This record gives sequence, structure tokens and C-alpha cells, in this order.
Amino acid sequence: MKMDKTVETTRLERFLDSDIWHSFKKSPIAIIAFVITVVFLLAAAFAPLVSPHNPFDLASIDIMDSSLPPVWMDEGDARFFLGTDDQGRDIFSTIIYGARISLLVGFASVIFSMVVGITLGLISGYAGGRVDAFIMRVADIQLSFPAILIALLIDGVARGLVPKEMHEELAVYVLIFAIGISGWVQYARTVRGSTLVEKNKEYVQAAQVIGIRPGTILRRHVLPNVMGPVMVIATIHLAIAVITEATLSFLGVGVPPTTPSLGTLIRIGNEYLFSGEWWITIFPGAALVILVLAVNLLGDWLRDAMNPKLR
Amino acid sequence: MDLLNINNLEIEFPSRRGTVKAVKDVTLTVQPGEVLGVVGESGAGKSTIGNAVIGLLEPPGRVSGGKVYLKGDQIDELPAEEKRKIRGRRIGMIFQDPLTSLDPLQTIEQQLVETIDLHLKLGEEKSRERAIDLLDQVGIPNPEDRIKHYPHQFSGGMRQRVVIALALCAEPEVIIADEPTTALDVSIQAQILDLMRKLCREKQVGMLIITHDMGVIADITDRVAVMYRGDLVEEGTTAKILGDPDHPYTKSLISAVPRPDVRLKRFPMVNYIEKEEDRKKDFDISTHWLGQARDFDAVDGSLVEVKDLVMQFVAKNAFLKKNRKMFTAVDNVSFDIKQGEVFGLVGESGSGKSTVARMISGLYTPASGSIFFGGDELTKIKSQKEMDYYRRQMQMIFQDPFSSLNGRMRVMDIVAEPIRFHKLTSSNAETEGIVMDLLEHVGLGRQAALRYPHEFSGGQRQRISIARALATRPRFLICDEPTSALDVSIQAQILNLLKDLQEELGLTMLFISHDLPVIRQMCDRVGVMKMGEMVEIAETEALFKTPQAPYTQELLSLMPKLDKLSHSGLEVEG
Repeated sequence: MKMDKTVETTRLERFLDSDIWHSFKKSPIAIIAFVITVVFLLAAAFAPLVSPHNPFDLASIDIMDSSLPPVWMDEGDARFFLGTDDQGRDIFSTIIYGARISLLVGFASVIFSMVVGITLGLISGYAGGRVDAFIMRVADIQLSFPAILIALLIDGVARGLVPKEMHEELAVYVLIFAIGISGWVQYARTVRGSTLVEKNKEYVQAAQVIGIRPGTILRRHVLPNVMGPVMVIATIHLAIAVITEATLSFLGVGVPPTTPSLGTLIRIGNEYLFSGEWWITIFPGAALVILVLAVNLLGDWLRDAMNPKLR
Repeated sequence: MDLLNINNLEIEFPSRRGTVKAVKDVTLTVQPGEVLGVVGESGAGKSTIGNAVIGLLEPPGRVSGGKVYLKGDQIDELPAEEKRKIRGRRIGMIFQDPLTSLDPLQTIEQQLVETIDLHLKLGEEKSRERAIDLLDQVGIPNPEDRIKHYPHQFSGGMRQRVVIALALCAEPEVIIADEPTTALDVSIQAQILDLMRKLCREKQVGMLIITHDMGVIADITDRVAVMYRGDLVEEGTTAKILGDPDHPYTKSLISAVPRPDVRLKRFPMVNYIEKEEDRKKDFDISTHWLGQARDFDAVDGSLVEVKDLVMQFVAKNAFLKKNRKMFTAVDNVSFDIKQGEVFGLVGESGSGKSTVARMISGLYTPASGSIFFGGDELTKIKSQKEMDYYRRQMQMIFQDPFSSLNGRMRVMDIVAEPIRFHKLTSSNAETEGIVMDLLEHVGLGRQAALRYPHEFSGGQRQRISIARALATRPRFLICDEPTSALDVSIQAQILNLLKDLQEELGLTMLFISHDLPVIRQMCDRVGVMKMGEMVEIAETEALFKTPQAPYTQELLSLMPKLDKLSHSGLEVEG
């Protein structure tokens, strides 16, 4: 079989020729936001290699270093760039480790929401009728509660069910579940809407005429064609999930202080704010703001790039 | 002095992949009372010319050369504000879709009176009188009452009349009509065209009419300009262009128009626009996988039989079944399709012809009635597995080549999907080989397999669709308006291909179209449908020569008269 190799384009080539890539290259905000997000991701992923200290190694922290201000202030110590907290832990390192937990919870709960939301949205849109009505009413009911309340509720129930000694181990998973379950509605609604459009297109009917079963049609034909808007929501949802995690941790129902996230750090530092050690809470707070802002800007750009009509 | 003079006009669209010249050095003139037709296929640049004249080029498009004069005044370089004053006042516009050219939130009165008052400064009372007078002129009954209505309260044809009234209301010198009848049914098209020509003559208005439809050209124009890929290839009187064209493109375009009056063996000379890959016959279809090894029994007589088919849709939903309002889309339809025959279903939009096809192919479940295939009653089969055996034997080609292929899949996977699903081959290598042969056989070439649908034109996509339908080696093919979204020369190619395949593979076909000339070229027998009912079934030639039902007679009388068209190079059958 002879074949002309030149007509086959790789995925990379097609991406480099796409409108998305061109729009990205022309948007300085998107590039800056992307760079910041990637720096956060890499720092979080390689925290043990990147951070100057390991704040959770009890052998390496010294109570004598506690409550040192940032390096540019009078009492600052060159070893601790952003100062230390009350236990002598390096703030810069705790931020990196904290971002690690925050992003882990953020990503995991976004993926969890996506799986639940996309599945229910596809079924709802494709099946229609009573199935659709039922799923969408459940979604409506859930939307009438604030997401944070649902997360608090689930967290409370989980604490009641799980024996006390396992609380700390399971806290992260409970948090992921709580944030994830409170976010699926957005995905389900969007996917349902796109599915309603796609299922009436002739390529879906062609698959039906061939005899392909609904499950396969949804997976192979409909799903790839509804993913565009989902990726936009997912990006913005990542920022929301990180914020929600921080809020819950700030309220004391999130991850335990032994593995602090950015929210936990802000809560811990909050107690020292009025005694003058502002850096313990301000720096984690600033890190959170920058991360969320970058991810949000990236999401906004992605939405505009994929939906030229909105501009 | 010419009324409208378009002089060496050049229009370009810069894009990041380089500048596209949409219109190259085009010169046209329109005289008072004259109708000039601009004809061409998609991408010819004909609408771009119209938009440039009225100053509504879509950015980033721009006029890069040439001038436009209206009664000697140069209008292409006027500032936007001046152009806006000319639009409506001196140049009237009629667009394709009457629904989107009117504001749905305002009554006809508000829209007409506002426009008249703005341009002619008559005052509200006088403007209203003039508006009613205009509605009367365009043939709207009871204009005093109707003027108070909203656009949605008018039918499609009436709405287009209102748009014409709106275009005329400031007594323009020129009217530019862009596909004015494309969104309308044939019966209404004829009336609207008559009206436009009459108004043009009476008011001594010049008209530039942009269309892809030779029927419209033959009906209404005095002179024709033929566009091809941005070039003006030929211009002359309508009789000359249609009857004795000089340019090879015009010749090929005219020979590709389906004739209502004769049946051709094949469409000749249609390769001017889009070069068809040679349909290499390096394998013998009768010994190839595609042409043999069919595990089903031969039938004599009817392959498909439809009895008392009824389909209802829910018009108004309610929780209780008895409260639901139903709309009957197909009402007691019966017909049969003989082995090896092409059976046509024809009717206007909403006649239920597509619904019938979708019931046969299993996309819809009929409310009552039965469908027989090769003697077996399909409507009684409940299990999916059992149904697969019949699905394999019948496949469908859809209307819209842009939505009938999944854009996320390679052509290879699209065409291979039915083979893989029905497990018709023993290895993937065999499947891929068959797909390649199939693509070559429908005139696409083997390289097509590795590309994605968006890299192909409409006609090429329809070929992919056909290849996919043939991949299960069906014996029955349902074609639902397979060419109505295509340009006329591409349509001719696809119709030729379908004819060839039908012969080679001995296919039985159900061919659905609203287009009578196409039906005449393709079908052995025809069923005419109206509002869900079967009005008449007859042999094609008999139906066209001696129609029995009044509705059929009416449809035939409304067909565009194409008797002026050149017959050179045509091979007439029978």
C-alpha cells in the first residue's frame, strides 16, 4: 500500500496551526497568566526540590528562628526570604508546600466534578424525557444551596461517620469529594445543552443508522464534540475550587495544620496579624490571590478564544 | 450615463494565511428598468460585490481597487455616514432570509413608517399612507389591517413581500437582491420573481440580482454576469448566456443544471470546478469484497414495502398522555420499492418525506403501520442484535455534508466505523485496505483516509458520506436530499456517482428530494407527498408527462422553465 506521507499531520502541527495557538501568541495577559500558573504548578509538583527548607521536618526547624520578619526588614535572616512563623518554619517553603496541597485538592475536585457532571449531562441530554427532567431538577435543587454550605455539610457528615483517629488521614479526600460534588451542576448543564445540539446533527444519526449503541455514540461521537466549553469551565472552576478549599481550611474544616494548605496558612497567620507578625498571613494570602487571578485570566482568555462571537 | 457602474472592482480579505482576492477586476453596469443577474457557485464572490456596493463589506474585507458610481456619483469612497444615507434612500436591499431582515419586535407599520419618514421626510401621516400603498403594490391583501401585524404573523412568502416593500419605500434608484428566493418554496418563488420584475419595469428601477439558481436567472433577468472564483468570466444577454455560452465554465455550469424536460444518461463536462480524482477501476467491483459475499437471500419483486405508515410528533407536551397534543407528520403512507429500482419521494418542506425515510432506517419508530424488508417485518423486531442484520443491509446518506461527519475523527475511522462495528472483516489491515479502495472508488483517492473532514469541500464530504454508507455492503440505500446543500456542478458529479454506484452494485435506492428536475434524472418511479399524505405514485416519465393528481400538476407547472438552456453536449435517455 503506497501512501503519501506528507498529508498526515501530527497533533502538534495541527495545534501550532490552530486559531487557539495564534490567539494565545497575541495575548500578553494570557501568556503572563499561563507562565504564573505553570510556575505554581511546577513549584508545587517539585516542592521538595524547589523549596529551601522542609518546614515539616521537625529536625530541621528551630524554635529559635521563630517569628523572624522577611529578609529586607531589620531583624530579617538571610536564610528565610519571607520570614518565619511562630514555630520557626520558613514562610516561603510553607507557601510552596501549601500550594501543593491547594492545587492537589483543586485539580482532584475539578476532575471529580467533571466526571460526574459530564456523565450526567450526556445522559440527561441524550436520553431526554423523564431521565432528563429528574437529573435537571436535582441540579436545580443543588444550585439553590451555596456550594460552600454543601461542602461544609458533607465535611460535617464525614466527620461524624469516620472514627476520630482517621480524620486527619481522610481529611483531604473528604475535602475533594465535598468540593467536587458541589461543582458538578455547571458541567452537567453545559454538557446537556451541547448534547441536545449535537444529538440532532446528522453524524449522530449516521451512527444510529449503522446500529451503534447509545453508550458508544455518546463516548465516541458526542463527548469529543462537547469538550470545548467544558475545558473553559474547568479552568475557571479550578480557581473556584482552590478558593473554596482555602475558605474551608480557613474555617477550620479543611486540611489539618500538619499538612497545611494556603487556606490553613492564612488561618494560622491570622492569629498573629494584630501582634505585628503580618508576614505570616499576608504572603500566603498574596500567593493565593496571584494563583487564582492567573488561573481566572487564563480561563477568560480561553473562553474568548473558543467563542469568537462573544468578543 | 449608467445607473449603476461598477468599474474594475477588486475586493480582498486579508487573513493570517495570506490575502484572499474575493473579487478580481470586475466591471458591471445596470441601466434603469433592467435586471442584471450575477450568477456563480459558492466562493465565486457574487455576494461580496453586492455587499461592497452598499458599503456593508464584512471586516476584514476591503475594496482594494476600482470604483463604484451611482448615476455618476462615486460612492465607494464616501465616509460611513454618507454611505448609510445612500442605503435605503438610493439603493434598496433584499436579502435571502425574510425572517432576519425584519425586526421581530416592531410591527410592519413601525418599520415602514420610520424608514419612509427618515428618507422622504413626509411626516407620520403621509408616510403611513405611503406604507399602506406600498403593501398594496407588493400584493399584500388588506394592507390597512395587515400593517399592524408583526413579522412572525406573516408567512415566508408574505414576509419577503414586506421586505420588498421596505426596499422600495424610499423610491430607490437601484435594488440589490441577494438570493431573494432561496429560502422560499418553489410555488412562492415564482410569484415573488414576477412581482420583482413588474416593479422594476414600472418604476424604472435597476436591479442587481445575485443568485446561484439558473431557474431564477432564466425567469427574471435581462442580462447575466457569470462569476467564477472572483473572476467575471462571461457577460451578455440572458438568452445568449443560457442558450449559447462561450466560456467553458459557463458551458459546464449550464450542462450541470438538472433539466425538468428530459432525462439524461449522465451529466457531461462537470469537472471544471472541482477536479474529481480519477475513479480508477484497478479492481473489478464484482470480484472485490465490496461487490460480493452477501449473506442474505435474493428477492424478486419488492425489497422494501411500507404499509399504512403513521408518524406522530408531540406538538404540545403534557404529563398525562391524553392531554398531549399530537401532530401527524406522516398519515397512512403505503408504497413499495422493487429490487434494483430507484424510488423517488418528492414534496415541499413539511410534506413528511424525510420522516418516512427516517422510519425505514430505524431512526424513528412509527406510531402504527408496518415496514417490510426482503419479506421480513422490521416493525416487529424488538432485539437490537437481530436488527443489526437488517441495518447492515440498508444505509443512509444525509443532506448536510457539514454536519453528517464527525469532525473529530479521521476519514479512515469514519468510513471504517460500520465495518468495525458489524465485524465484517477479520483483521484491521483488511479493514483499512477496504476503506482505501472504497475512498478511491467514490473518487477521493487513498490519501483522503488520513485527513479530517474539515479539510474537504462540501462535495468531497458528501463522497465520504457515500463511502461510509457503502462500507457495510448494503443492498438498499436511502438518500435524503443528498445534493440540496451542494453547488450545481458538484451536484451533477454526486448524482453521476450515485447513478454509477447504483448500476455497479445493483443497489436499490430511496431517493428523497424537493427538486423535481433532480428526481427526473435519478428515479424510476416517484411518490408525491403533500402534508404527510401520499398523493400519487407513478413511473417517472408518466408522472412528468401526464400527472394525475391536481397537486402534482400544480408542482410541475411551478417548476422553473429552463427551455432556454443550451442542450449542447447532453446525452438524452429514451
